Amino acid sequence: MAESHSRDAFVEFERVQKSYDGETLVVKDLNLSVPKGEFLTMLGPSGSGKTTCLMMLAGFETATHGDIRLGGTSINNIPPHKRGIGMVFQNYALFPHMTIAENLAFPLEVRKIGKDEREKKVKRALDMVEMGKFGGRRPAQLSGGQQQRVALARALVFEPELVLMDEPLGALDKQLREKMQFEITHLAHQLGITTVYVTHDQTEALTMSDRVAVFDDGRIQQIAAPDILYEQPENSFVAQFIGENNTLQGVVKEIKADNLALVELDDGELIDCKPVNVSKVGERTQVSIRPERVEFDKKRLQPGAHTLKAEVLEFVYMGDIFRTRLRVAGNDDFIVKTRNAPDQRRLQPGEQLEIGWLPQDCRALDA
Amino acid sequence: MSDTATNAPVLAADGTPLKRSLSRALRVQKMRALALIAPLLIFVLISFILPIGDMLFRSVENQIVENTLPYTVDELAKWDGASDDLPPEPVFRDMYFDLFLAAEMKRHTRLGSRLNYESSGMSSLFRQAGRKLDDPGDDAQAALEEVDPIWGERETYYQLFNAADGAAVDDALLAAQEKRIRSLADEKPVGEMNFAPSAEVSGLLPLAARVYTSFAVITGLVENKVVAKTKPMESLYLALLQDVTRPDFKADLAAYNGPHKEALTALANAPLLAPNYTEIFTDVDKEWANVETWRIIQTHSGPYTSGYFLNAIDMQKTPEGAAVQPENKRVLIQLFIRTIIMSLTIMGACILLGYPIAWLLSNLPMRTANLLMMLVLLPFWTSLLVRTSAWKVMLQQNGVVNDVLVWIGLVADNDRLVLINNQIGTITAMTHILLPFMILPMYSVMQTINPSYLRAAKSLGATNWTAFWRVYFPQSIPGIGAGSILVFILSIGYYITPEIVGGTKGVFISNRIAYHISSSLNWGLAAALGTILLVVVLALYWCYDKIVGIDNVKLG
Repeated sequence: MAESHSRDAFVEFERVQKSYDGETLVVKDLNLSVPKGEFLTMLGPSGSGKTTCLMMLAGFETATHGDIRLGGTSINNIPPHKRGIGMVFQNYALFPHMTIAENLAFPLEVRKIGKDEREKKVKRALDMVEMGKFGGRRPAQLSGGQQQRVALARALVFEPELVLMDEPLGALDKQLREKMQFEITHLAHQLGITTVYVTHDQTEALTMSDRVAVFDDGRIQQIAAPDILYEQPENSFVAQFIGENNTLQGVVKEIKADNLALVELDDGELIDCKPVNVSKVGERTQVSIRPERVEFDKKRLQPGAHTLKAEVLEFVYMGDIFRTRLRVAGNDDFIVKTRNAPDQRRLQPGEQLEIGWLPQDCRALDA
Repeated sequence: MSDTATNAPVLAADGTPLKRSLSRALRVQKMRALALIAPLLIFVLISFILPIGDMLFRSVENQIVENTLPYTVDELAKWDGASDDLPPEPVFRDMYFDLFLAAEMKRHTRLGSRLNYESSGMSSLFRQAGRKLDDPGDDAQAALEEVDPIWGERETYYQLFNAADGAAVDDALLAAQEKRIRSLADEKPVGEMNFAPSAEVSGLLPLAARVYTSFAVITGLVENKVVAKTKPMESLYLALLQDVTRPDFKADLAAYNGPHKEALTALANAPLLAPNYTEIFTDVDKEWANVETWRIIQTHSGPYTSGYFLNAIDMQKTPEGAAVQPENKRVLIQLFIRTIIMSLTIMGACILLGYPIAWLLSNLPMRTANLLMMLVLLPFWTSLLVRTSAWKVMLQQNGVVNDVLVWIGLVADNDRLVLINNQIGTITAMTHILLPFMILPMYSVMQTINPSYLRAAKSLGATNWTAFWRVYFPQSIPGIGAGSILVFILSIGYYITPEIVGGTKGVFISNRIAYHISSSLNWGLAAALGTILLVVVLALYWCYDKIVGIDNVKLG
């Protein structure tokens, strides 16, 4: 059973638990397998256990229970320096008393690699991150983005098969962050290395990863490719955490045959939804609709679809999109996003209208 | 074109150079900053820099010889100190009058103490001479009175030397003697003496006029008595005897029209003998007939001397130049070396003991670290004297440490270890006392070292030891440097602890300095030793800057 399970898995967490104080579990029964070459992001709010998982994988924390395997062998009792895992730290952790070249040579030196080869590898790694000219400088003489590149090069210079990154872009400004996001994914796929990336920034997670593991409360809430995660969240936490989301509270009235459910909202209106993790009639539910999937053009809705009355509260022009805040079923924070197209209507505050959506875009989740 | 543009000074909007404009804008800020530090600056200047400057000046200052024996020093300069002949009679003559005046002002003992630093025995020689120089004067007075009883009366001398109304006054002589007395007196001479030396008499009787003028200044200005009614000092009779027996006296007397011409004529015609000063001194003590005595006075007669510094490095000043002290007097260089070696040992012990503690403190959780920090700082709350005395109790032969060693059988009861009154005692106690000064800067530096560096090193494949040695240790060096400088400089000048637990073998150069300040009162030597200590510390500081770099020192 375990054999087949780990056949294509490179990194594996099996029933891993972690507690710091012996009273509460920071990581609760974690099961995760990462195939070789995958870019996996651990996403979650702070305190969700994602960094602890990374530290256990790196060997700086020991698992209280369970097994962590790398390439099929358990690494629970292997000290960090023998795991051969590259790691990029949040603050880069470049050694301030060494030059950039010395920093990069460090992992090669401790591996007793000869001087000539060492220099060749350092040069190649620096060129890879376009920092070839900076070998003689000290970390303090570089900008944040440059330090970031060096840290990346240092984590890759000894050619590890697995690289861990702990919020490496947190300290950079928005533009540089977006550029580095692209560069890191590009590099990771080019070199074919397995990457485990920790972040609390959902945009970063969505744009970079092959798969995203959403952490909350010490558990993985959902692990899926970015598009599935966004479009088909499996529970209300994931729906809320990933992207912008409108929620309406209600009770399941009826579950129909063709994977549709009728939900009675708290103000008595009825809507059609796709049931995701509701199963019984009478169960409370949280209905989730993405702002860009809301329609107020009746012609685009299915005939006979339920609509809701709405009042425009605020209209924000954002350039590429319009962001309109509505009052819907007693919810004052119902957002609608529309594309800035030539025929798009600009709604005026105070305007009354009817809105609707396709039933499959409206997901009935746990309350 | 663009080159010339970059070379031209940048101008502000109103056309003034930008630099000047900027410095004007910052001037108010600078003045405010200066005003803020001014109280401290003034305090430091008055209470620290000036006294230290004065102290350092004492290491070369030597005006006491010239001030006390001005005429002797002049005359002695003509004598070749390298010869084996005694100085000529004029030297002895001036020595007599200089020393007599010094004894009158009670300064001859100070001069004796000063010269005693160079050669022991000088102090008693001068003290004895000061007592016995009256006797030749009394003999001279008797000889003068025998010729004419008028020479026994005080008023005679006043009338003779004082310039009558309208008579010319020897201003130069008066000013010179006033200046001389001022330099010898402890308090500033004040008051009215009602005396001015007559120029005519001072031409006829130069030595006596000089002696009487100095006597008048002392009597009138220092002791505030009436000059005319006071008995002149005994040296005056000898000076008069000297003057009336000089070869040209009779010829000069013929041209003289001042008071007491007959009495002087009687003296000129009497069969008087000029005093023999060499004999006078030899009678007092035959050491005065020793060429060596005069060589010492001559060698140390300058207003500034390198003698103290030479003494401080176990050498001495001789007429032939600097020479090494005799072997039994060479102690100071050895003491300097011992001070430096022991300070380095203490510094090393502090590093070895302090580093693990600082490391532990910086890696513990805040609450525990603070508690341990209290324990580190606890010694600061106890008096230094108490701590040092405690070590005395601990380390003595019947003390706690020896008791424990005997009890566990490591040391035989009749063969207890000598742990105090030697270098071991000093090193032990001072390491304990100075340890916090090492731990604190180390701790504050280590606290700033992010633990992720060690993690990064380990993730890159370094073992625990490599990660520590290659990554952590280099980053903690600024703390070690700061602590080392602090401990070394504190210990090299430490005084109280070596004094209490150091015995004779474990004392530092500062104990020697203290001895010269408070016991032997050789302030010049103490100042020279202090100056050398200061220079040594600055030199070591400079070396440290060259080797490690002073910007590599961090206190936090």
